[in-house]
Amino acid sequence: MSIIRFMDPPFFRQSWPDLERLRQDMDRMIKRTTADQSGSQVFPPLNIYEDSDAVFVTAEVAGVVQENIDISVEGETLTISGERQSLPREEKSSYHRREIKTGKFSRAVALPTKINLEGVSATLQDGILAISLPKAEEVKPKKIAVNVK
Amino acid sequence: MTEKELQTQQKREVQQNAEPTKPMKQFIPTVDIYEDENSVTLLAEMPGVSKNGVEIKLDDGNLFIEGVMQSDQEMAGKTVLLQEYEVGNFIRKFSVSETIDQDKIEAVMANGILKLVLPKIKPAEPKKIEIKAG
Repeated sequence: MSIIRFMDPPFFRQSWPDLERLRQDMDRMIKRTTADQSGSQVFPPLNIYEDSDAVFVTAEVAGVVQENIDISVEGETLTISGERQSLPREEKSSYHRREIKTGKFSRAVALPTKINLEGVSATLQDGILAISLPKAEEVKPKKIAVNVK
Repeated sequence: MTEKELQTQQKREVQQNAEPTKPMKQFIPTVDIYEDENSVTLLAEMPGVSKNGVEIKLDDGNLFIEGVMQSDQEMAGKTVLLQEYEVGNFIRKFSVSETIDQDKIEAVMANGILKLVLPKIKPAEPKKIEIKAG
């Protein structure tokens, strides 16, 4: 099991959107090249997005059935674990190629903000697991109306 | 550690002679292929591809499988925090040496895994010819 920490929240998030995007792209590029070198990563691969209301986590879990996936949120840590089993096949058959790996997996991710645990939902479709984690009320950006006098 | 944890396999991108016109990336799906007396079975891992996005062609011993992703609108308007996998279409070709009964090919798409059963054509049973004494 490995935990991924997010980088510290950037100081100039609002004022430097382009620069911030560039910085994130650079981070991602570096991460990708280092990941290529190591050749192996923890299963499943994740994509994480956020908007002002929620954090979205998607995972590529082809071949994993719904019953074999466990998702839990504890504080600000999301854990996805489960097992990929091979499909049943005829006993007398012999393999020509065997590229799809099977086995157990477990992965924990530190979420960037506090989560409203009640509202967490997850769907599994076509081998993609999508988890939606609404942000807790206290961390949602508040709009303040300006009154004209 | 008693059991080895499952590792992510890096997606391999298709190396093409010509550039695709669409900006989408194309990957090689990982496959399992096994054979028994009656058929050749192929399993291809294509996460994110629905039943309608799969295309299979078999002609002259060349098997072509393609999985087309639905456009990825989920990302739109959101900030990316972590990206470990890229989305794209899946393409892979095989040459099949066995004689396949094309009419009876079965394909099932479930949980992002395509299962393709290619039934073999059975060779004609040897017929024994008796020689009558003349």
